[in-house]
Amino acid sequence: MGRYILKRIGYMFLTLFIITTLTFFLMHSIPGDPLAHMAKKLPEQIRLNYYEKYGLDKPVIVQYGKFLKNVITKGDLGESLRYPGRSVTETILKNAKVSGRLGIQAIVIGVTIGIVLGIIAALNRNRWPDYLVMFIAILGVTVPVFIIAALLQYLFTVRFELLPTTGWGKFKHTILPTIAMCFGSIATYARYMRSNVLEVINQDYILTAQAKGVSPFNVVRKHVLRNAILPAITILGPQIAGVFTGSFVIERIFGIPGLGFYYVSSISDRDYTMIIGTTIFYATLFVFSQLVVDILYGVVDPRIRVSKSGK
Amino acid sequence: MKKILEVKDLHVSFHTYAGEVKAVRGISFDLNKGETLALVGESGCGKTVTAKAIMRLLKEPPAEIKKGSQILFNGENVVEMKKKRLSTFRGEDVSMIFQDPMTSLNPTMTVGKQIMESLEIHKKMNKKEAEAEAIRLLEIVNIPNAAERVKAYPHELSGGMRQRVMIAIALSCNPKILIADEPTTALDVTIQAQIIDLLGELKEKFDTSIILVTHDLGVVANFADKIQVMYAGQVVERGTKKDIFYNSRHPYTWALLSSVPRLNTESKEELYSLGGTPPDLILPLKGCPFSSRCEHCMEICLEERPEELSLTETHSLSCWLQHPSAPKVERPEALRGEIHE
Amino acid sequence: MMEGISKDKFKKISIDISAGEQIARPRMTYWQDAWRRLKTNKVAMLSIIILLTIMIMTIIGPYLSGFPYEEINPAKINIKPNSEHWFGTDELGRDVFSRVWQAGRISMVIGIVGALIATVVGSIYGAVAAYFGGKVDTIMMRIVEILMSVPYLIIVILISIITETRSIGTLLVSLTLTGWCGMARLVRGQMLQLKQQEYIMAAEALGVSPWKIITRHLIPNSLGIVIVAITFDIPGYIFAETFLSYIGLGVQPPSTSWGALASAAQQNFIFYPHQLFFPSLMIALTMLSFTLLGDGLRDALDPKLRQ
Repeated sequence: MGRYILKRIGYMFLTLFIITTLTFFLMHSIPGDPLAHMAKKLPEQIRLNYYEKYGLDKPVIVQYGKFLKNVITKGDLGESLRYPGRSVTETILKNAKVSGRLGIQAIVIGVTIGIVLGIIAALNRNRWPDYLVMFIAILGVTVPVFIIAALLQYLFTVRFELLPTTGWGKFKHTILPTIAMCFGSIATYARYMRSNVLEVINQDYILTAQAKGVSPFNVVRKHVLRNAILPAITILGPQIAGVFTGSFVIERIFGIPGLGFYYVSSISDRDYTMIIGTTIFYATLFVFSQLVVDILYGVVDPRIRVSKSGK
Repeated sequence: MKKILEVKDLHVSFHTYAGEVKAVRGISFDLNKGETLALVGESGCGKTVTAKAIMRLLKEPPAEIKKGSQILFNGENVVEMKKKRLSTFRGEDVSMIFQDPMTSLNPTMTVGKQIMESLEIHKKMNKKEAEAEAIRLLEIVNIPNAAERVKAYPHELSGGMRQRVMIAIALSCNPKILIADEPTTALDVTIQAQIIDLLGELKEKFDTSIILVTHDLGVVANFADKIQVMYAGQVVERGTKKDIFYNSRHPYTWALLSSVPRLNTESKEELYSLGGTPPDLILPLKGCPFSSRCEHCMEICLEERPEELSLTETHSLSCWLQHPSAPKVERPEALRGEIHE
Repeated sequence: MMEGISKDKFKKISIDISAGEQIARPRMTYWQDAWRRLKTNKVAMLSIIILLTIMIMTIIGPYLSGFPYEEINPAKINIKPNSEHWFGTDELGRDVFSRVWQAGRISMVIGIVGALIATVVGSIYGAVAAYFGGKVDTIMMRIVEILMSVPYLIIVILISIITETRSIGTLLVSLTLTGWCGMARLVRGQMLQLKQQEYIMAAEALGVSPWKIITRHLIPNSLGIVIVAITFDIPGYIFAETFLSYIGLGVQPPSTSWGALASAAQQNFIFYPHQLFFPSLMIALTMLSFTLLGDGLRDALDPKLRQ
């Protein structure tokens, strides 16, 4: 197991290096002046000063070397092009806290509800609870998140005036965005768990348990659920990715000052340093969470635990 | 001897898109205490379905145990058992070993826990007692290092070991009847003999009746007291081991016996193989089900189903060849004389 | 019991044993059997009907109402649905009915073409990796793993920023750039699994040529899961395009897509819900139908479920 983890961590760094390099060169290959948004107003001298300040006067490869050195030694992703003086790293960390809270809330709630609903559906196969859960799940998979967000806003803020439309700071501000965000997870997990449970129920060892005289309730609790829930850990990775992309939209709709909100605005601002920084941050988080999910799965499933540590 | 299990006119059907598959068509038999009964036949002849029906392990639907079928365990009808009674019936009164030990054990539970589970349910043992008992059971089924192996997961054990674990689970609560569904088919030949020997040994030790489901007459020869040959969901011939091996009268039994390799078979001689396939069980069967593959087939065989005829107290069969008007057909040469025991 | 049967019934007759080999049930090929099961699945059939309807409407729909989709009419801004403008008008007085179907063209094209590109690229890549095996396979799959560990939409966003022109072509490129990875893995896995199956080994042992093994065994046996994957991929691309349009990186005016329509309508949806409703309905219906059809196809094509 130890060797496996080390190997995976090695690959993680390789992946991150490739992503960083690609992002950097891609962003610098964009034709045109990165300072175009302010260039017109700027006198030539100040403009050159800016170029020097950001190191844009040097060859790309030199800029890259300097960037990489700063990232590795100081965790410094540079300075915003759009808002001079604003550190990219600090901005990201500040905004990530907001997004993180929302994201974790959404994943925990979404996965829990999804698993429970999926189990209920499978155990009541082809009866009304199954149809109801599958209906919700289908909606969650097929309706884009911004439409769900718009509906929630309409219902809870316009119709019934229960919750604030937008804003950030109090718990009540997180309710609607969390619901909108976890809808996708609920849907995916409900579908996934349902088919897992149905598959496990048809396994031979369930027959063995029944032949032992284990009561139907305990067959489900001790034999079906454990075997059905374990693989569900593997799809946590895509869920986390889903929360990232969800945050781009949700934070804009609900006016939440999180990472997704600033990422999308830095895209429309063409704030290249900010885009590079945030992309690398997202990629790191994503790759890291994949790693954690993989290791976690190895820890809980005895079959994998052995096969990966052994020969 | 005491009858412990009586099956009367058991009919089991499966409902599929193509229609009703009548997998078991009116089977009756008895099992005495301490006796070993073998159900023998080709794949798809209904032997496994019969075994599962006795434990009520068939998924209903698509399976259906037809009305009028009776499975009496000590006089109590299993077909009518309520869920609660079934939970005590299974494991305590009757238990079962399955064909494939690779898939019949829960992969995420240690084997010890899986043995302890039934002890905790039926014998109301606490964890500690159950664990000690699990170790003892593993020792009984000849698993070395039992104290350590209780903590192993199924994938850490070999196929033979897993089947021993399955046997330990099945015997953990001293069931009256043990149903073994092809317990050796998925194992290596050398392991097969060990498992059969173990079953025989444990049968004496625990005084359990055994129903052995198999397609392998070689397995049966060493082990069974009574043999029932099944074909297309029916019993075509039944008798003691002696009746079947030395004195069988049904052409299908002859075919089965002829296809077992024997020590005195000449090396140049080709092993007998029965042509054709069993009838599709979706169709209504007119006449004798074996008629389409029988080399002694007569007109009557295609028209009417032969009734069961008792030759002796233990030996009976369903075949038109037993009719006084039928031509005399001798047992095939090769089957006369020696049968190794 | 056996009395009274005439003696001649006991004459031995010769039996053709091979007659017993006849299969009584109707013989069905894999695809006939799959189609039979799909036909009995009402949900899947309804999905096919809905999808066909939507596709036909995206072709003829923009011409039905008599209002071209790009025609601006300042006199008729934000009208609710009525007999003249069936789905109402938008903030520039354009007919929503025409616009929804026009937008559907782009969404559908992106969904279907995107899925097809990803399938072709992914299948070839996966099959090559599985065919060569060993080191080639390891390296090819490592590349896929790295590509897949990059958040998909971030790549799409990056590419969209770089390729300033927002034509369908560049959109498709950015969407499929890493989109084929999943298919590559799927096909490789299936191929490797099939290669180990006894019947493939049996065919090899019997001296069947590699070409015949590929065309007779490997392709037909992996086609099923590929088709199912395509059905699930299409809504994925439509979803991604919707998302891109929403954050302003999708198709640019005057062309439009369902995502673009919905995102434009979002700001004012409290006042003019119909502008959001119709494109959203189309997105949801399309996604729903593809997903349900995919479910149905998976059930129909899975030989394990053959009864």
